[in-house]
Amino acid sequence: MTTDVIQDTDHQHDEHHDHKMTGLKRWLYTTNHKDIGSMYLWFSFIMFLVGGAMAMVIRAELFQPGLQIIEPDFFNQMTTVHGLIMVFGAIMPAFTGLANWMIPMMVGAPDMALPRLNNWSFWILPFAFSILLMSFFIGGGAPNFGWTFYAPLSTTYSNGSTAFFVFAVHIMGISSIMGAINIVVTIMNMRAPGMTYMKMPLFVWTFFITAYLLIAVMPVLAGTVTMVLTDTYFGTSFFDAAGGGDPVMFQHIFWFFGHPEVYIMILPAFGIVSTTIPAFSRKPLFGYSSMVYATASIAFLSFIVWAHHMFTTGMPLFGELFFMYCTMLIAVPTGVKVFNWVATMWRGAISFETPMLFSLAFVILFTIGGFSGLMLAMTPVDFQYHDTYFVVAHFHYVLVTGALFSIYAGAYYWLPKWTGYMYDDALSKWHFWCSLISVNLLFFPMHFLGLAGMPRRIPDYALQFADFNKWVSIGGFAFGLSQLIFLAVVIKCIKGGKKAEAKPWDGAEGLEWTVPSPAPYHTFEKPPKID
Amino acid sequence: MTTKEYETYYVPAQSHWPIVGAVALFFIALGAGKYVSMLESGESSWGGWMLLAGLAMCIYMVYGWFSNVIQESMSGKYSHQMDNSFKQGMSWFIFSEVMFFAAFFGALLYARVFSVPWLDGAGNNFMTGEVLWPEFTATWPLIKTPDGTETTAMGWYGLPLLNTILLLTSSVTAHFAHVALEQDKRKQLKVWLGLTILLGLTFLFFQVEEYAHGYSEEMKLYLDSGIYGNTFYMLTGFHGMHVTLGTIMLIAVFFRVLKGHFTPKNHFAFQAASWYWHFVDVVWVLLFFFVYII
Repeated sequence: MTTDVIQDTDHQHDEHHDHKMTGLKRWLYTTNHKDIGSMYLWFSFIMFLVGGAMAMVIRAELFQPGLQIIEPDFFNQMTTVHGLIMVFGAIMPAFTGLANWMIPMMVGAPDMALPRLNNWSFWILPFAFSILLMSFFIGGGAPNFGWTFYAPLSTTYSNGSTAFFVFAVHIMGISSIMGAINIVVTIMNMRAPGMTYMKMPLFVWTFFITAYLLIAVMPVLAGTVTMVLTDTYFGTSFFDAAGGGDPVMFQHIFWFFGHPEVYIMILPAFGIVSTTIPAFSRKPLFGYSSMVYATASIAFLSFIVWAHHMFTTGMPLFGELFFMYCTMLIAVPTGVKVFNWVATMWRGAISFETPMLFSLAFVILFTIGGFSGLMLAMTPVDFQYHDTYFVVAHFHYVLVTGALFSIYAGAYYWLPKWTGYMYDDALSKWHFWCSLISVNLLFFPMHFLGLAGMPRRIPDYALQFADFNKWVSIGGFAFGLSQLIFLAVVIKCIKGGKKAEAKPWDGAEGLEWTVPSPAPYHTFEKPPKID
Repeated sequence: MTTKEYETYYVPAQSHWPIVGAVALFFIALGAGKYVSMLESGESSWGGWMLLAGLAMCIYMVYGWFSNVIQESMSGKYSHQMDNSFKQGMSWFIFSEVMFFAAFFGALLYARVFSVPWLDGAGNNFMTGEVLWPEFTATWPLIKTPDGTETTAMGWYGLPLLNTILLLTSSVTAHFAHVALEQDKRKQLKVWLGLTILLGLTFLFFQVEEYAHGYSEEMKLYLDSGIYGNTFYMLTGFHGMHVTLGTIMLIAVFFRVLKGHFTPKNHFAFQAASWYWHFVDVVWVLLFFFVYII
């Protein structure tokens, strides 16, 4: 895609200078997609540290067999809230933040389509997570039923936190749905003239499809938590066999939301590495249209595989087979993607800047997570893996070395555009290598623990698991500390450094590089011309 | 594409409504959480008051925010593209509502097709029936639950049928109002729109009647009367809440019509309310079929 843009950014900047308030009001009242994007990104990083601190507590307890530091009930609260925060508070808002910052610039729009709604979507989140965190101090403690809140753990055996949990999830869901509607409308309605659908950057495509998934499944989550609420407090029996319901029905409805949710957290990651790999390979993305179709296929398949989370619940045989085969089918479009990334790099003039390092690590480590997913997809062997550390290893490979690493790749890639300065290269490489080594020490041995039969979500374990757990914990602490390097890099980059050019990466493509760095407060008030 | 004149897209300056809305939702969620948690113990708490404060704040926010948007729209700040953004936003919002109802319809069908028969030993669950509740027989509507709670099924004739006719008629009158607006026949518009609102209110009145009938000693159909009562009240209840919201939207639009707002070409708010109304109508038809008839 070639662009021919005449910028009158100085003029635009002057014209709107008076609109930019200062101090707290700027952030509370803002309608600017860049401000809101920054708030999303900062919020998600803070939540990442909070959820990470809980992971540290978990790993400290699991450092040795036996109960050392915390009570089992508090351990359960830690695993539950860690999961909820990382999924809804860290990964999803980080992606929404990237979408907010980049999509209007990438499609040549002046802002998001519904700017005020955008600000509302963001500001709900800090309040929703305050409620979730407050539940540690109200009544019987925070949610302790796992982030999947299976009935009857969250209904009959709830510790009294269910109502707070349910309403916090409700308003989080409102935020996600409004955010997703905004993304869809921006992409459908705000593209610059000439920016046809098949000319959009793949990053935009993946967010487009992700936003549809969100609009389709977040309301189902709202329905699920509502049924949990009425089962717990109003005497209904959706998930209680005594009244004609079924606890397994909970799992069906939850995972109908939950499986698309998994792809909500990975499709944007595909979009990010599909941007960075071509940039640092200095070649256009291999198989652009096949990438679009693969993304859409994965999104479609995500709706018909949910019961692979429930192979051990005693489903009819037909169900087990159907969900097994459909799940394995996902490997095809995912394979197309991995193949395309590798083919993009093939014979490229590759350079290894930090965003590229994270992207490369993404491709390799996400593929490991993908393969362990394929193993879990096989019904008969899943009976062995179910609810063990093998599952924990699998989803942390796709969510940490997958989603999180892609977010880092994107953050380093666009930091010069956001701040106007280049980040400290040496420090960022420390961040990468420390993270890479520690994350594998953290999650790889979990595969062996799981295969050997160590169950997940327990504060204590049998002696034969002690050695691996010690190393996993050491990896965990090291990974946790390594993330503070990122915080240092970002703060340093905001304060100053080498001035960034409008296009600091010579292989980068896209409209966002046609505006100066840092990007002016308002961009593309007149749509750019695209050939 | 060659050069083409584009209208500027209106990006509003700072607005305080979103943060008011966020605080309102915070009060609603925290207040409702506290209120519901305390229900069992029966003690009074700050929960209910906080919930009410949140709701009041939410109404204030909606009123203020929409007033702003209407002013902007009336002063001609919006382009055709802006109108499209609103329309698309509203359509996807309605789609999300469809998925919300899908969760409850899913629960209804799962219970009917799978869990209730399984409890009676269907499939490979013979021993479940034998060991747990040998007395239990699977029926639908489930008028006797495995643990012995008894209730009565709500028939489809009478009030539900009347309500179906009312709501279907109101969809037609809403459409006539739309046609009248497009032809700039303001008087007819007012009549048809007013009629739609009246039909909606009558529907709600009869819905309350039906609930009173269900909760009577004679029927003993309660929210907690097992999976039949659960799905009946949750589906019709959420539908009723949506009809209420739709009626409020129509009333707001009616007052705007009286003020002389909307033109044959430019009437997004009217269209949004009317789409929403057709949506609650479609949900009712599905509901009437799956909850009442079969």
